[in-house]
Amino acid sequence: MTSIRSTAAQMAEALSAGTITSVELTQAHYERIGEVDSEVHAFLYLDKEGALAQAAQSDAKRNSGEIQSPLAGVPLALKDLLTQKGIPTTCGSKILEGWRPPYDSTVVAKLKAAGVVILGKTNMDEFAMGSSTENSAYGPTHNPWDLTRIPGGSGGGSAAAVAAFEAPLAIGSDTGGSIRQPAAVTGTVGVKPTYGGVSRFGLIAFSSSLDQAGPCARTVLDAAMLHEVIAGHDEKDSTSINAPVPQVVKAAKKLDVKGMKIGVVKELQGEGFQAGVLERFHDGLDALVSCGAELVEVSCPAFDYALAAYYLIAPSECSSNLARFDSMRYGIRIGDDGVRGAEEVMKLTRHEGFGPEVKRRIILGTYALSSGYYDAYYGSAQKVRTLLMRDFNAAFAKADVLVSPTAPTTAFKIGENVDDPLAMYLNDIATIPVNMAGIGGMSLPCGLAPEDGLPVGFQIMAPAMRDDLMYQVGGALEATLLAKWGAPILDSAPLLAAK
Amino acid sequence: MALNYDQAVAKYDPTLGLEVHVELNTNSKMFCGCSTEFGAEPNTQTCPVCLGLPGALPVVNGKAIESSILIGLALNCSIAPFSRFARKNYFYPDMPKNFQTSQYDEPICVNGYLDVEIETEDGPKQFRVEIERVHMEEDTGKSLHVGGATGRIHGAEYSLLDYNRAGIPLVEIVTKIVGGTGKYAPEVARAYVTELRDILRSLGVSDVKMEQGSMRCDVNLSLAPIGSGSLGTRSETKNVNSLRSVERAVIGEVIRQANRLEAGERIVQETRHFLEESGQTRPGRSKEQAEDYRYFPEPDLVPVVPDSAWIEELRATLPEKPSNRRKRLQIEWSVPDKEMSSLVNAGLLDVVEETIKLGAEPTRARSWWLGEISRLANEREVDPTSLITPGQVAVVISLIESGELTDKLARQVVEGVVAGEGTPADVITKRGLKVVSDDGALMTAIEAAIAAQPDTALRVRGGNIPAAGALIGAVMKATGGQADAAKVRELLLKHLGQGE
Repeated sequence: MTSIRSTAAQMAEALSAGTITSVELTQAHYERIGEVDSEVHAFLYLDKEGALAQAAQSDAKRNSGEIQSPLAGVPLALKDLLTQKGIPTTCGSKILEGWRPPYDSTVVAKLKAAGVVILGKTNMDEFAMGSSTENSAYGPTHNPWDLTRIPGGSGGGSAAAVAAFEAPLAIGSDTGGSIRQPAAVTGTVGVKPTYGGVSRFGLIAFSSSLDQAGPCARTVLDAAMLHEVIAGHDEKDSTSINAPVPQVVKAAKKLDVKGMKIGVVKELQGEGFQAGVLERFHDGLDALVSCGAELVEVSCPAFDYALAAYYLIAPSECSSNLARFDSMRYGIRIGDDGVRGAEEVMKLTRHEGFGPEVKRRIILGTYALSSGYYDAYYGSAQKVRTLLMRDFNAAFAKADVLVSPTAPTTAFKIGENVDDPLAMYLNDIATIPVNMAGIGGMSLPCGLAPEDGLPVGFQIMAPAMRDDLMYQVGGALEATLLAKWGAPILDSAPLLAAK
Repeated sequence: MALNYDQAVAKYDPTLGLEVHVELNTNSKMFCGCSTEFGAEPNTQTCPVCLGLPGALPVVNGKAIESSILIGLALNCSIAPFSRFARKNYFYPDMPKNFQTSQYDEPICVNGYLDVEIETEDGPKQFRVEIERVHMEEDTGKSLHVGGATGRIHGAEYSLLDYNRAGIPLVEIVTKIVGGTGKYAPEVARAYVTELRDILRSLGVSDVKMEQGSMRCDVNLSLAPIGSGSLGTRSETKNVNSLRSVERAVIGEVIRQANRLEAGERIVQETRHFLEESGQTRPGRSKEQAEDYRYFPEPDLVPVVPDSAWIEELRATLPEKPSNRRKRLQIEWSVPDKEMSSLVNAGLLDVVEETIKLGAEPTRARSWWLGEISRLANEREVDPTSLITPGQVAVVISLIESGELTDKLARQVVEGVVAGEGTPADVITKRGLKVVSDDGALMTAIEAAIAAQPDTALRVRGGNIPAAGALIGAVMKATGGQADAAKVRELLLKHLGQGE
């Protein structure tokens, strides 16, 4: 019996077996959203009419025998920083309130072409800047495991929607961990593909050289299926890689890691990591060893500088990327009284339209790029990037994939870190190196921390364009842990079980 | 007592720097597929990319890269094996992204030169202008500030924005410091911009129309006391929009700066605007509170890494240097200097050469293009080359030479072609414009004229040859001007016993 608690792969199977229609499946998800989203607040916008029309179209195609993609008719939640033609897109910011993009992002075009049903847009930290979704101008998203806690960020809405069974799949974007850290703290799977693996066309930029869209799901296989739908070369994105998409679905189904070398990153454990997080991480390592993988310790000394360098590069790029939000062509406009000049209206709009974290980063980046400071800040940060790539290359010479805990802690309380940006930034200490080097990273659940009963994420990192390797290792690890637990981890969330 | 130009250059040595912006004539914009056609309805040639909509990404126009490399090669530059785009950050309503995608410290072409020739008191002299860089960038949109006294943003009631121009590919060609010109700085500046324009035209990479803004020049100028060996503070005069203005802007700045220095004042490093009417400049924004553009490499674009074999292929396609070609054609056609420069300035060299290649006699080809066709073009305010093809002009000239058309008739044929009545043959048929050369028909007209003016005929018979004019006129009138007057004269005189 298919239900909203089924995996996307099961839903796809039921759709093709004809035991459920896409319209029924879509309606069931809207019902669930109606039940829980007033508490979770994963969604910013629901496109019920459009989604049901897409679902009906998918059903009609199926009835007429038209061959569709494996995920045709399966619903999905879309992070609110990808453009979808005619659908409000805010990036969690007031400044874009009311803007309806006149074009589809490439990711959305691919989803539509595959017949995936887009339920609506999910909440996020404003312009993807944050680790808790508390920086959304539209209010925070709550972690379905404990509504008083954060769902991670910036893609807290996408992860929470998947965890709360409001959608089996979601699209996130990951600049410093915005897919993986929310996956870790909500007990779901999230993947940041290799940079250039998924087109950025229509993904509203935070930091162009780091941003990457990717799949959010409840299983490794579901993530792989979605990955194959959205990945591939795009002529509209110059940084998109012109090479075949790694066969991630095949890899996720392998369930075999015998003889594979798993590199445990020395710098990403110990100080600053919650004891229960490390404990569960080691459970994950044990599980891999029990499958016949070999553990090797690797050292990546430049990781110590990754966070600092990230907070120069990302704000620098964001200060330029966000300059276009000036009220002249779209979004809100403040103070246009016929007396004030353009410059003053721009200032007032940006003052009102951007939240404090966005302003903080624009100021940081503007400063870092300023003449006289450029070499010391942006220039040095780029050098750290080169060092990080060298560290990764050396590590991948010893190991097929690298692993670490995804986040140093489990979900913290809403409000706990809002006045301490540095504490907030430290959440991404283990995920940032992946973005800085442009490689792929995955987070999947490896158990609940004994001290708080909250999910812990296990991160797998693979060389550029070898995303298949992390799916292979992730698939095997997931299967081994599932056999040990006897049930999916989301079944142990008290709130989720009650609903 | 204010110094005049001669007095100024007797005391001070000018140093030049020239920055020329050229709009490339690619069909699509620098980073998107939008049309670049000039003069379309505002905001009809835009898309998410050139409007800088959230999420949109640029993709480099390959043709623009090719044009830039051609320009670099023609200017004897080295082509960078690796160059990058950078973002130049500043806020302005006509900049869709509030940064301009440009090239900064890694331009596509570097270290070239252009030799120009100027007339001096000691005869023609060659001068080498060194090129620092050639780089690519995108144009901004256009602002129209309505309701203010100055047409500038301050004081305007409202502003209109047209983004059709946003993203049009631009190439900026920057010279190194040009020193040692002495008093010939204005001539060198003009000769450089002229030669550059001709090279760009010969490459076919730009319309190079200064009056339409597809080629714009900024003139940097500083003065130092002669023999001081130092460099003065420079001013940058923007948007000098004709060759004559380039020369005038240099003269104007030399005089202004010299007089400031004479008065013990200092030169402010600033942007100045050229005033077409007075030939003087007025201050713009001061560069002493210079804007910090916070350049950094454009993360949305990959580096430009042109294949060296491709560069060599492009080098092999370079056309003959315009200065060499001019000299060669001037000798071949034996054209006086003045007429040659008229042809060059009117942009008619190509069509005249083509017309001659198609068999037309050089003097006639030149005079038709510079004369009648240019006149018709001026009336219509269009380019002469858009009115008629070199092939059609060659046909008309050959009909004149064979006596089938008179000059007068030929003008009517050209007028007909220009009016869209078809080919010269079509116009001749439709308008019935053949020279009457049939002796029988002419004789009938001659006999009629004699019958009408028997007294005049008698005088001619008596040896008064000039009196024949009246009879010839009558014949021409009777034939509607389509007779060959020389032929009529010959037949008439023979008939009246005065032929040889």
